[in-house]
Amino acid sequence: MTTTTNKTWRTICDSSDLVKDSGICALLADEAGNEEQIAIFHLPNSEEKIYAVGNYDPIGKANVLYRGIVGCIADEPVVASPLYKQHFSLKTGRCLQEEQSIAVYEIRIENEQVQVFY
Amino acid sequence: MNTDKQLLSKAKIVVVGNGMVGHHFVEEMAKNSDYQITVLSAESRLAYDRVHLSEYFGGKTAEDLAMTTPEHYDELGVTFKTNAKVTKIDKVAKCVTTESGATYHYDKLILATGSYPFVPPIPGKDQDHCLVYRTIDDLEDIANSAKVSKVGVVIGGGLLGLEAANAIKQLGLQTHVVEFAPQLMGVQIDGGGGRLLKSKIEELGVQVHTSKATNVIEKGDKCRYKLCFNDGSELETDLILFSAGIRPYDNLAREFDLAIGERGGIVVNNQCQTSDVDIYAIGECALWNNFIFGLVAPGYAMAKVAAKHIGGVTGTNGELAEFTGADMSTKLKLMGVEVGSIGDAHGKTEGSLTYTYENQPEGVYKKIVVSADKKTLLGAVLIGDTSDYDTLLQYMLNAIELPEAPEGLILPMAADKPTLGVDALPDTATICSCHNVTKGDIIAAIDCGAVDVGQVKSGTKAGSGCGGCAALVKSVADNEFEKRGLVVKKDICEHFAYSRRELFDIVSVEKIKTFDELLSSHGRGLGCEICKPVAASVLASVWNDYILKKPHLSLQDTNDTYLGNMQKDGTYSVVPRIAGGEITPDKLIVLGQVAKKYNLYTKITGGARVDLFGARVEQLPPIWKELIDAGFETGHAYGKSLRTVKSCVGSTWCRYGVQDSMSMAIDLEHRYKGLRAPHKIKFGVSGCTRECAEAQGKDIGIIATENGWNLFVGGNGGMKPRHGDLFATDLDDETLVKYIDRILMFYVQTGDRLQRTSVWLENLAGGLAYLQDVIMKDSLGITDALEEQMATIVGSYQCEWKTTLADPEALKRFQPFVNSDKGDSNIQFVTEREQIRPARDEEKIAVTIIDATEKEAVAEDA
Ligand SMILES: Cc1cc2nc3c(=O)[nH]c(=O)nc-3n(C[C@H](O)[C@H](O)[C@H](O)COP(=O)(O)OP(=O)(O)OC[C@H]3O[C@@H](n4cnc5c(N)ncnc54)[C@H](O)[C@@H]3O)c2cc1C
Ligand code: SF4
Repeated sequence: MTTTTNKTWRTICDSSDLVKDSGICALLADEAGNEEQIAIFHLPNSEEKIYAVGNYDPIGKANVLYRGIVGCIADEPVVASPLYKQHFSLKTGRCLQEEQSIAVYEIRIENEQVQVFY
Repeated sequence: MNTDKQLLSKAKIVVVGNGMVGHHFVEEMAKNSDYQITVLSAESRLAYDRVHLSEYFGGKTAEDLAMTTPEHYDELGVTFKTNAKVTKIDKVAKCVTTESGATYHYDKLILATGSYPFVPPIPGKDQDHCLVYRTIDDLEDIANSAKVSKVGVVIGGGLLGLEAANAIKQLGLQTHVVEFAPQLMGVQIDGGGGRLLKSKIEELGVQVHTSKATNVIEKGDKCRYKLCFNDGSELETDLILFSAGIRPYDNLAREFDLAIGERGGIVVNNQCQTSDVDIYAIGECALWNNFIFGLVAPGYAMAKVAAKHIGGVTGTNGELAEFTGADMSTKLKLMGVEVGSIGDAHGKTEGSLTYTYENQPEGVYKKIVVSADKKTLLGAVLIGDTSDYDTLLQYMLNAIELPEAPEGLILPMAADKPTLGVDALPDTATICSCHNVTKGDIIAAIDCGAVDVGQVKSGTKAGSGCGGCAALVKSVADNEFEKRGLVVKKDICEHFAYSRRELFDIVSVEKIKTFDELLSSHGRGLGCEICKPVAASVLASVWNDYILKKPHLSLQDTNDTYLGNMQKDGTYSVVPRIAGGEITPDKLIVLGQVAKKYNLYTKITGGARVDLFGARVEQLPPIWKELIDAGFETGHAYGKSLRTVKSCVGSTWCRYGVQDSMSMAIDLEHRYKGLRAPHKIKFGVSGCTRECAEAQGKDIGIIATENGWNLFVGGNGGMKPRHGDLFATDLDDETLVKYIDRILMFYVQTGDRLQRTSVWLENLAGGLAYLQDVIMKDSLGITDALEEQMATIVGSYQCEWKTTLADPEALKRFQPFVNSDKGDSNIQFVTEREQIRPARDEEKIAVTIIDATEKEAVAEDA
């Protein structure tokens, strides 16, 4: 996958589409037609408030992470896989229980628009 | 080879009898691998728990009572033969011979032959339906006889006789107890206690006839038999159960010349050796110091001593292990009447003094026997209330000096009732007499790392015998934990320092309605996948709100959020409710049509409903719309809540049914659907005792009887199967529902996270009896509140799918992508046996999935 085009901040949805303390899923497509699913979590009580990570659960092997419960483990914001309950850090993508990790994306809210850098 | 030689040279131990004590010996001896153990058992099965024999009539099976299995003995390397009664001992050749003629050589022989019920020589005693109460086979005979009998008589009003009377009463017979002496339980309790016990037992519908000797058993006029007493009176009965004491099985010793006592019993020394040093006798066949111990704990102690002696295990100073007698105190519940007897209950000790308290209206009798100087407790009798038993027993066993006014120990309202804190007990105090566990042993277990009562119990075996000491074990352990500053941790997770039960109280008392409120007032951090669903379940139980209301939405497991069970590929199952498994042909057709239209995999489940698998999130709303339009509602297969009420057709169709189990099942399923609980709940309702609905394996099991319904609680299938405990018998419809309301609500309030009713019940301090008191006698004064809460929940039921479909906001959740109408291309199916199943990795058509490593590479490239 070296055919990456220029990365830039792209709008995904309205901030009103976010669900507090929970996740939604978005489909990223680049100009070459490659698709990626990302999970976007809105945690208004945490430091960063909004996070984006890959939606694919590398352990359960299914696109389900946005349906996991979010929270924190020792102050690290995490999502728990809805399939087998492993925790993934929303900051680094690292799995806290196994040698696995998921992708992390830069995300921000700009003029009530949710934007991801890709 | 070396090992062969070792095998050949292993000393041979033969154990005759595989009762509780013989088995205990095997377990102790097998710890030492230098011996080859052979067990010869006259019964058709290996050792089982005779102490809890009566529970066989409460629904326990032979497997439940078993103390070991052939596999377990194989693992221990123990050889065994069942149906192998030993008939001959050759002390010179050192071998024994069984009935079938097989001969076994021994280096050491253990006689653990126990005892047999004594049947008085009354003419007519050998007929059919004249039975005894000792083995599982006996109980099977009793059950068979009871089926063709209306009246039953137990001859003998001792401890076992009363237990047997309770059993035949439970089998539905009109029950009598005939006792030769002027009082019941003459061995353990005094005249005053006996009188009270008699009146209590008669209140329960068992007739007691004291001071009656039976002369002859004749053919009856109305019943099968007639007992003719020496005073000229008669009693008609169909079944006769002899429980007139036990006699040691000492016939082998008699015939082959080992010393026996004047009135029977194989004489043993402090090492449990008989008059032949290579032959030991242990348990109820052994006579020590001219005494036979008719309880299991002394037998276990003998087994340990014999095993140590054979293995050459000595104390730190080389002293031999010794059996030095045992305490015969007992506490038990006879037909619901609490009875306790400690030490010298009859005050036979010279110069002893007694204090007595009797409360006739309440049915309580208590007596203590103290030494002449009023300093030590010698004995006690407790009827109707044994709450002082543990304290009194410890006073007696440890010779703790009595308080100034010893009567305070048994007077109910004594202002300064002396309580014996567990701290006051010496380390040598025996806490569990069945397994001879002292306070010191419990402390040692905690020293070795036990951090909760469960670990203390499994480490020391304390509480795993008769179970009477469970509460004391817990307080000794808790006291020790407390001393060490070990807080007994029940926190559900790092965000809340509370158990589920405590959170339940907080939510109801402080009227908390959202997770955020709960977190800010009693928690820390952001919460997690453990505390959030617990809070959701508690909030749902207390307030019964629609679970997908905005503030609760993020708390739910995905199954609750999407109102379906997530499968391994991220799709969901669709499970509509089919109450009691009853469904019209039209509805069945709708299920088929919907499954076909959405290409769903279809399976009939063990819970008598139809599961449809493979629905994508976006398909869930249209599928449910069609189902709800056809009259279905959600089956809550996704929730920790009532799943199914399994039922047979009962008296509506079945030839054997005695009640309409079908209507009952449907009513119950509709009553409790949607109730949120610590874990899922399953019911079963059978139309008669044939139990086709397997109700005893369910959380709540209901079995029809001629007179109503028997209620079982705490059954379970799955990983740890358990038969439910018989909770109450012959209930009418209304009482049945009332009790279930109370039990379920109590469980919802007090159960731990993910605790099924089976584990919950086992962990309730006080167990079944405690639950019965709470539910039927209202011992906590909460039953009204429990019923009220249940009524509110039943009254505010809503079908969550119906509510969801009517809410456009909620429906947004079912769109897979916030920014696209596409579906998830990673969900792929293949066909197998004409239906879909998730494609395996190698069967999938490539889709791009960017994992973290690739992503980093991409980032570097950029
Ligand atoms: C209904 C009931 C309730 C009880 N409740 C309590 C209680 O609450 N608390 C308490 O402490 N105790 C109680 N007991 C007593 C307790 O069960 C006994 O103390 C205990 O079982 C004795 O164990 P044992 O191994 O010595 O004898 P048993 O359990 O009788 O075992 C002896 C075994 O040896 C077999 N045997 C006999 N002769 C031969 C032979 N020649 N060859 C091969 N095998 C032979 C017998 O068939 C039997 O299986 C109760 C007993 C009964 C029946
Ligand atoms: S449990 Fe009884 S009533 Fe129900 S089907 Fe079986 S035999 Fe018939």
